[in-house]
Amino acid sequence: MSEIETRDENEIIREIRAEYDYGWHVDDSPIYKAPKGLSHELIDVISDHKAEPDWMRRFRHESLDFFHARPMPSWGADLSGIDFDNIHYYLKPTEKQADKWEDLPAEILDTWDRLGIPEAEKKYLAGVGAQYESEVVYHKLQEDLERQGVIFLDMDSGLREHPELVQQYFAKVIPQNDNKFAALNSAVWSGGSFIYVPKGVRIEMPLQAYFRINAENMGQFERTLIIVDEDAYVHYVEGCTAPIYSSDSLHSAVVEIIVHKGGRCRYTTIQNWSNNVYNLVTKRAVAHENATMEWVDGNLGSKVTMKYPAIWLMGEGAHGEVLSIAFAGKGQHQDAGGKVVHVAPNTTSVITSKSISKNGGRGGYRGLLEVGKGATGTKSKVVCDALILDEDSRSDTYPYIDVKENDVDLGHEATVSKIGEEQLFYLMSRGLSEGEASGMIVSGFVEPITKELPLEYAVEMNRLIQLQMEGSVG
Amino acid sequence: MSTREGTNEVALLELRNLHVALEDGTEIVKGVDLAVDLNEKHAIMGPNGSGKSTLAYALMGHPAYEVTDGEILLDGESLVDEEADERARRGLFLAFQYPHAIPGVTVTSFLRSAINAKRKAANGGEDDPIPVKEFRTELLAAMEQLKVPRELAQRYLNDGFSGGEKKRVEILQMAMLKPRIAILDETDSGLDIDALRVVAGGVNELVGSTMGAVVITHYQRILNYIQPDHVHVFADGRIVASGGPELALELEEKGYDPFIPAGVASESGGDES
Repeated sequence: MSEIETRDENEIIREIRAEYDYGWHVDDSPIYKAPKGLSHELIDVISDHKAEPDWMRRFRHESLDFFHARPMPSWGADLSGIDFDNIHYYLKPTEKQADKWEDLPAEILDTWDRLGIPEAEKKYLAGVGAQYESEVVYHKLQEDLERQGVIFLDMDSGLREHPELVQQYFAKVIPQNDNKFAALNSAVWSGGSFIYVPKGVRIEMPLQAYFRINAENMGQFERTLIIVDEDAYVHYVEGCTAPIYSSDSLHSAVVEIIVHKGGRCRYTTIQNWSNNVYNLVTKRAVAHENATMEWVDGNLGSKVTMKYPAIWLMGEGAHGEVLSIAFAGKGQHQDAGGKVVHVAPNTTSVITSKSISKNGGRGGYRGLLEVGKGATGTKSKVVCDALILDEDSRSDTYPYIDVKENDVDLGHEATVSKIGEEQLFYLMSRGLSEGEASGMIVSGFVEPITKELPLEYAVEMNRLIQLQMEGSVG
Repeated sequence: MSTREGTNEVALLELRNLHVALEDGTEIVKGVDLAVDLNEKHAIMGPNGSGKSTLAYALMGHPAYEVTDGEILLDGESLVDEEADERARRGLFLAFQYPHAIPGVTVTSFLRSAINAKRKAANGGEDDPIPVKEFRTELLAAMEQLKVPRELAQRYLNDGFSGGEKKRVEILQMAMLKPRIAILDETDSGLDIDALRVVAGGVNELVGSTMGAVVITHYQRILNYIQPDHVHVFADGRIVASGGPELALELEEKGYDPFIPAGVASESGGDES
């Protein structure tokens, strides 16, 4: 922190902007912007705006008390820079949600156009939700999926239109007092996705949500709930960016997923927040009998990220995978990883983590593999590899393993490597610049994960990595 | 020796009194003069430890080898201050004795990136990617010619390759990148006779009006397949004798000893690896 504060603010912003494509903001005219700070009055304001049922209002108030009662986490990244009094917790950008892009205010539409979302929707998405500040301003699902009974709404509409379903599952996977930031989200949540995929329905193209912060000192607290019914399949993708400001913003989401018997859910994140965003997210899924849950978690942006997507394997034969990429550049700390808990017998899991750090960045893997009593026949493999690009950078590995059963098959591998002069020379002798050469080595390093992505996202991930790499040279 | 003997023309690649030292100051290459043109095959033959690989690395611009005196000229312009990527863009190529593995990057995607980097430089820094079809046609033709199995193109570059596969892929890169001067550092090591024949055939095919080659070796064997126009005997960091193809046969017969100046042991000198 002290290192950053001693330098000229504008200089820092200039440096960061040079490496970040999404740092611009637009001047918009929000419908409502809550004053900074957290209070029970604020919660009533949010609940009023949303015309919520009483149970949700009470849930929010209780959650705020839990938030205040809990201490800040004493482990992981340094969160002492967060000033909870200097954040806008609710900002309503438009009067109502649009299902046609052209119905959005011009400056907001311009933002989505510059991010390429309407274009992507046309080409390869089955549905899109676009959240701007606190609200999902655009939402659309392909009609044939609607006809098959698929529900893809923002969370607020989900609560209004499917109250029983929401009440049945909401905060059941992640209780409101799970941790300090889950409590915060439970108090002030707004937006996010609500998805229900009926039995046997397989959605071949991804559903995408895009999260954009535009205002300074903004807090974004989306809440996502995905229910995949028996033998159904969905691939949900989220992306996120924000403008660069000299003071910090906070993003604290909660994502809960339930995959029923034989179902499969893949959740892909390409997190590219600007370097002034604290990104503190709780993600957890439960997988029932023979179900599959996969988290593909790419963390490229933010100032600090603490995120460990978790899977509870509750039914026999369930399978869980966590694929995690964390890229920490200048001034960034990516405390990423994954958690798998084997509850039922004959469950399998794989955690693959690739962390890259450069220019003084700090990356790492923090993971928990737990095998409970009775989870016989568990098979699990944890691989965490770190690539450190220079002497100033750092990578940490905290692979916790807790096994309470004997009949299990566990593997763990960890490597730490540096880009060698010889490898660089070899590639440069073929005409690649130093930046292109190290970018190629890094792309290769994360290839076991990018090859799992649909082509468009793999290309985007590689492009973002290349961008970060080019910023580091010369 | 600064220009072609008997003419005033400057050769495509010229080394003038080239001296190269390691980072600790140890001098390995001690004054080399050499001129190579398109359509020429030069062999540099020398015992292990004579400094041949150091010469190859220094020509390509390896940062661990410093040119302490003399010049490397391409088209009459100095390359000494240029980094390896710039030298490659100007038309130099080095086939490595020990090519490095790049896990996660397929041979195909690597070749496409390398070609596009060169095209971008040639296009004034603007992207000018090779059309997909053109790339594919060229790649398939080159692989066919060098008998590189198709599946190798989808594997990660040099990752788990056998010695022979690595050398073939080096020559494949040469064929695709179309340098004007190729330096082949001990390309024959690790190859069986069949592979050697194929690789040498590839080199022979490429040397012509658009490429010249410098073949560095300590065995005469590869020269049975790549008939050099010029043979240079390299010992203790210097070229101690130059001649035509007959010189290689003489070496084969008599060994290096008659060529090595008194007082220099054949195993002394540079760091070959």
